Parts: sequence; C-alpha cells; structure tokens
Amino acid sequence: MFKKIGFKLILVVGITAVVIIGIFSYYNIKSHSNALIAEVERHANQLSETVKHSTRYDMLLNQRERLHNIINTIGEQPGIQSVRVLNKVGEIIYSSHEDDIGKMVDKNAESCYVCHNANEPLQRLPIKERTRIFKPLPESAHSENPSRVLGIITPIYNEPSCYEADCHAHEKEQTVLGVLDITISLQDVDEQIEQAEIDTVIFALSAVIVFSLLLWFVVKRWVDKPVKDLVTATHEVGTGNLNYTINEKRNDEFGLLAKSFNNMTQKLSEARIQLFQSDKMASLGRLAAGVAHEINNPLTGVLTYSSFLLKKTENNPEIHNDLKVIVRETKRSREIVKSLLDFARQSVPKKNPVNITDVIEKSISVVENQLAINHIELKKNLKQDLPLITLDSNQMQQVFINLLVNASDAIGKKGGTITISTDLIKLSPYGITHIKKATCPKRHDLMDNEIKIDGMPSIKLKVYSSGRTGFINLDPVYGRHHHLINWNLNPNDLRVVCPECETSLLNSHKCPECAALAYSIEVPSQGTIEGCLSNDCSWQKWDFVDVGGLKEYCEIKISDTGIGIPKENLPKIFEPFYSTKGQKGTGLGLSVIWGIIDNHNGTIKVDSEINKGTTFTIHIPCLTAVNKN
Amino acid sequence: MKNNYDILVVDDEQVVIDAVVKICSEDGFYVDSALDANEAIQKLNRNSYKLIVCDIMMPGTDGFGLMNVLSEQKISTPVIMTTGYSTVENAVKSLLMGAIDFIPKPFTADELSNSVIRGMNYLKLQNMVNNSDSNSDIVYVPCPAKYFRLGNISWVCEENTGSVLIGANDLFVKTINSVSGIELFNTDDEVVQGNACAFIKDKDERMHPLLSPLSGRIIEVNEAIINNKNLIEKDPYFEGWFYRILPSDSEYEFKNLINCSSDRL
Repeated sequence: MFKKIGFKLILVVGITAVVIIGIFSYYNIKSHSNALIAEVERHANQLSETVKHSTRYDMLLNQRERLHNIINTIGEQPGIQSVRVLNKVGEIIYSSHEDDIGKMVDKNAESCYVCHNANEPLQRLPIKERTRIFKPLPESAHSENPSRVLGIITPIYNEPSCYEADCHAHEKEQTVLGVLDITISLQDVDEQIEQAEIDTVIFALSAVIVFSLLLWFVVKRWVDKPVKDLVTATHEVGTGNLNYTINEKRNDEFGLLAKSFNNMTQKLSEARIQLFQSDKMASLGRLAAGVAHEINNPLTGVLTYSSFLLKKTENNPEIHNDLKVIVRETKRSREIVKSLLDFARQSVPKKNPVNITDVIEKSISVVENQLAINHIELKKNLKQDLPLITLDSNQMQQVFINLLVNASDAIGKKGGTITISTDLIKLSPYGITHIKKATCPKRHDLMDNEIKIDGMPSIKLKVYSSGRTGFINLDPVYGRHHHLINWNLNPNDLRVVCPECETSLLNSHKCPECAALAYSIEVPSQGTIEGCLSNDCSWQKWDFVDVGGLKEYCEIKISDTGIGIPKENLPKIFEPFYSTKGQKGTGLGLSVIWGIIDNHNGTIKVDSEINKGTTFTIHIPCLTAVNKN
Repeated sequence: MKNNYDILVVDDEQVVIDAVVKICSEDGFYVDSALDANEAIQKLNRNSYKLIVCDIMMPGTDGFGLMNVLSEQKISTPVIMTTGYSTVENAVKSLLMGAIDFIPKPFTADELSNSVIRGMNYLKLQNMVNNSDSNSDIVYVPCPAKYFRLGNISWVCEENTGSVLIGANDLFVKTINSVSGIELFNTDDEVVQGNACAFIKDKDERMHPLLSPLSGRIIEVNEAIINNKNLIEKDPYFEGWFYRILPSDSEYEFKNLINCSSDRL
C-alpha cells in the first residue's frame, strides 16, 4: 500500500498542502491579531485621553472625590482592568482599585520602564511606546484567571493653569506632573485570536483532508485503475494469454497506451502463431523426412518385386491384373509419401484442372469402411457438372479425408450422419479478394512482408498527422478491414504518402460515404483501390474487381451430427497444436488443412453448435476465376 | 582375385539390394552388393565395376561421402543415385556432384532397369570419347556456352524476357536407344527442378524421365518436337527445345546447375 504510486502522490501533495496552508494560516492569524491589538490600542488611547480630559477640570479644582468617582466609574466598565494616576515620584494617587492608592510603583515596573530605562527620564513618547502588553503576575492580579492585559500610560503635562491654580500643588518648572495608567484586559481579544487559531487549524485540516480525498479519488479513477488494468493485462500476457485486451475507450495517454498495448499483444500473438507455424513445419519436416525414408525403403521392396513380377506374368492375366493393382496402389503410396515431403517443405502444390467430385469420391472411398464400422451414415449431395477446378488433388484429398475422419471422431461410436455436399455459388469479390501486390503511382512496392495481417503481407503507407509521423498497415483482403492503425489519425490534418518516394497517396475525391480523406493505391495491371481513411468508415472500392461482378466458387460443405465445438474454441481450431483428441491427435490436422486451402486461394470456415454438430464450409475459386488472376 | 562385375549396388537395406540384384540379373547384368560405403570402397578397390547404384542415406559415410571418396581415389565409375529421402535438394545435389542419374525411391523395376540401361549406354559413349582420336566423329555435342545444365540430363537457356527454354542434353538423348515417342506436360503445368518434366520413349517402349533443370510454370510447349521426334536428336540445343517456362526461383536454383561455358575450358 505504501509503495503504491497513488499513495506516494497523495503523500507528496498532502505534505505540500499542509506546509502551504500552515504558512498561510500563521501569517493570517498574525495579521489578524495585530489588527485586533491595534484596535484595542487605539481604543485604550482614546479612553485615556478621554479620562485625562474629563478629569482635567476636577484636577484643576483639586476635587479629589469627583476624581475618584470618575476613575472608579470608568474602572468598573467591563474590559477595563484598572485606571490609575501616578504622581511623578511613582505614588499611586488615584486608582480604580482602592487598595492600591498610596502604594509606590517601582520605576522598573512595566508602566515606567519605557521612560525610565534611560538615565534621563524621557518626557514625550509616541503612542506605540506608551503601550505595553503583559501578563500580570498572579499575586498582583485582581482576577483569578489572569489574561493578557494592555497597558497605556498617558503623561499629564504641566500647564499654566496647573501651576497657576489656587492650590499651588505644582511647581512651574515641572514638565510632567504625573501619569495616567490604564490597563485593559485582552481577554476578549485573546479569545478571538484563539478562536481564529482553532478555526484556521480546523479549516487547514479539513482542506488537507478534502484535498487528499479528491486527489485519492482522481488518482484512483484516472491513474490507479488504468495502471491496475495495465498491470493485470501485462500479467495476463506474461502468463501466455495473448488474447487479453484492455479497454481503449479513454482518450488520454492511458487510452493511447492501451491501444499500443493491444496492438503489441496482437502482434505478439501473430508472431507466436507464425512461430508455431514454422515450428510445426520444422517438426513436421523432420517427421516427414524420417517417415519418408523409413517407408520408402520397404515400399521399394514392394514396388520393385511387384513390378518385376508384373513384367514376368504377362501371360497369366489373372495374376497379372492383381499385380497391376498392387503396383498401382504402391505407386499411389509413393505419391502420398512424396506429397507429405512436399507439403512439409511447403513446395508449390501440383495443381491441375480436376473434377472436384472425383476427388471427393476418392476421399470417401478411403474412409467408407471406417464410417460403416462406427454406424455412421454418409449422405452425399454432390452437384454434377461442376466446372473443373485447378487444384492439387492429392492435397485436396488429404483435406477431405481429414475432415471426414474428424467428423467421424466427433460422432463417436453411437452413430450419426455425415453430409457432404457441393454446390456452385457466386460470391462478391468484396471481403474475399486478396490484394497480392500494390504500388504507389511511381511503382514503388507497398507490400510489407514483415507486418502480416492474418498471415498475409499487409500494405504499408506512411502517414503524417497532426505533426506526427507513422505508418499504417492496410488489410490485404479487399473489403475485410482488419487494418492496423495504431494511432488516432486527425482526419483534417492528414497526409498519406509512399514510404519510399513520399508521393502522396491521397485520393482526389473524398470518401463518398463520410466525406473524410481517402487513399488511392495502384494494383499493377488491375487498376486502383480507393478507401476511406476514417477509422469509423469502411468504404473501399476496387473497380477492376467490382466490374467482374460475382465470382464463381465451388462450395463444399461437410456436416456432422457430432458433439460440436464450444463457441470459445472456434477461433482456435485452425491454430497449430490445437487438439481436442488429447493423446490421439497431433493437433496439426486443421492447421495443415487451412494451409492447403489457403494455397488454393480458397477459404475455410466452421460453424458449430454443441451437441448438434459441426459444419465446415470450403470455398475454392473455379477455373475461370483462377485464370483471370 | 579380381572379379569383373557390371554393377555394384550400395544400400543399407537388404531388401533393396535383393530387388536390385534380381531386376538387373534379369536384364543380364552381373551384380555385386555392399551394405555400406566402406564395404563399397573395399570392393571397388578389389574388383572392377561398370556402374554403381548407390543409396544416399546410409549409416556412417553416406552416398555423397562415397562420391567424394571416388573422386579422391580417381575412380571414374559412373554412379546412379537413389534415396528414400527423395527431395529436390538430394536429386540436384547428386547430379551436381557428378552422378549420372537420380532415381527416387521407391522405384519400379522398369524405372531401375531403364536407368541402368542408360548408364551402360553412357559408359559406352564415354569409352568412345576416350578411345577416339581427335579427328574422328564427335560422339555427342556438349551444350553451348551460356547454357546451364542439370548434370548431363537437361539444359536451360535464359531468354531476355525473363522466361527460359529448357530441353534435353545431347548426351542424355544419346543414352536412349532411338527416340520413338515423347510424352510432354501441358501449358500451365508446374515443373519442379530435379523432378520428371517429360518422358522419352525408346524403341523398346521404355520410358525415360527427363528431369527438369528448373522449377516454374510452363508457358509454351514446343509443338515441333511432338511432330518431329528426331528434332531432339538432331538439334537438341536449339530447335529441339521442350518448354518455355516462367521460372519460380531461378536465382536459387541456378546455383545447382553447371555452367556450360566452364565445360569448354
């Protein structure tokens, strides 16, 4: 918890907030209390001037009783601690506290210190110097709970009216006749300041808490959760689940990170499949080499002896014919072993125009017995007069035998039905046609063999968008749109060029569907392909292919009434080493089949429902379509 | 004591040896056998043989190793290579190393005996070359400069257009006793280097496969040789071409071929 980035962030920001608010509060309280004290000072000064002036007449008349009354009255007012009048030698002559009268005040006492600390007593003082704040000693205090007090002394200066008065109490030479000393309790002020301090601390604490909570929420919402998602995702990928994707919806850096992460895992999984594929091919190659060598030697024995006997038995038609079968079938085995080797080495399939029905019939004859043993009924629904298809009949036979055996395994021993049907269908080139070559107007190759989309080299374009440069890879299948665009293109500020010569590939017209910018690339001797550059639009146009209209395909369907394939496994079944047969299967069958169909420019797809059965549908282009390519 | 044999068959499989012995004996040849390369070399040093039929994959020294030993010891006995691992690579490597023919296993009796008969004819032709003085008739025409050949079987000639012409070497045609027929592939068929691309029939109705020098797709078949079978004997390098093909991987495959220009040095 304490190591988490969110916590550290909150800690740092929290400390900063505490420091800032602390300093702010300190100065705030200070200035507040200064203002309060100044106000009290002003008030005290005013009061003492008032006292001085209102007693002046009485002093002149030397009316001591009245003076006492005035001072007592004032001294009784709340907040005013004491009012005293001292004569020049320090004797208290009037005081709001009766018992103080007659006492001498030490020259070093607070009220006297200001003037009397110098050798020569000062006579005139500014107001600031006349005030003092102090805490009375408990024994000298008049209240039980002594609070700070503010004292102000006001010197009473000698005036002509004083020394000319009848009483002749004062000499003419005296400058200061005495001092009026008023002390005012600061209890209220102190309470106010204390209250302000408490308020400020409460405010500061709650601000820090609110601030931290807000930060915690923000961090959790915008940092912690995406980081956590990313950590989970990397962990998932780390443990081998390359299908794990992160939500890309956010439009901040985490959204970009998620996108590039998803892209990375996609690439990784493609690379892994390719690795699997090549690994599979390598092991299959070694296996085939071993099998070929081991089988070919005994086959040599069979073939040489049987063909030798065949020559010698020309006069014996009965044996001769039997031997012919042996020789023919051994030669067929030879072709099978050879095709195994060829396939392992991914050699060019030996394609000839053949009748697909014959290939299917031959395949059926191989598995017929096995099906009969398992009580499986085989329904044939083969359309006659199918056009010839250019294919490698040995490889295609391998496909059908494999699919039939799989179907039989799916049904098991309880019996069921396998239906194999063929038909001639017409499919739009959209979503099917493979773009095998694409160039810029200056004939630079745009095909990217390094970045493959679904196993096929993609079309690479260089893009400038909003000051950034990058590449996008287009799906080589016309109309399928598995494009790899790893960043958000800004449709208003976009330049698409050939990676080699920087010639612009932007189309002169905009997309007719969404009016975004469109690209235009050339296919040598097959016209140009146009497409929309917006992420949300799927407009693509290839006149050359579209003009040809629907293409003829031979459709072969193999359905069984077996156990079916769970939905979550469907995307995986064409992957190498995917097997449901446990120890029985190698997991190579369907991936090899996929490879063969792909080699014939065909497609294979699967539909399945648990406990209802599975249907494999193969589409292979008919001869006319092949010739045009 | 030294024995004169016609054929030495080298194979690690007894059943293959037995079959070869049986077939070749039937054709009237005197056959000896060895189970590995060392035994073969001992026998070659002890006896004389006209022809060797040798397996490639053998424990210890393999067929290629045996050929190296033969060339080191200057034993010029022609070799027919055979293997169960009948890949294109093995076929062309054998021919590049000087084998006169390559038969992929499993083979039929006819395929073997036809190859052996061609081997014997080859031997006769070579003896004629060795015995003839320089003034006498040319025994066979070597392939022209700038051509490339697959062993002594087929040739390939590059055209400016990217396509190539392929045909049969004169020496190969001469090992076939008078051509009586030709079986050709069709346009658009694929041919693979080191695999049969045509069959030439001799007067005894024996079928002799012509191994293709390159892989590719046939874009034109020479109709002239179908109508006039003698053309491949009379003008094997020009008018007697077989196919015009679009090579699929010529850069790599040319490395397996012998430059005919070097023959003339």
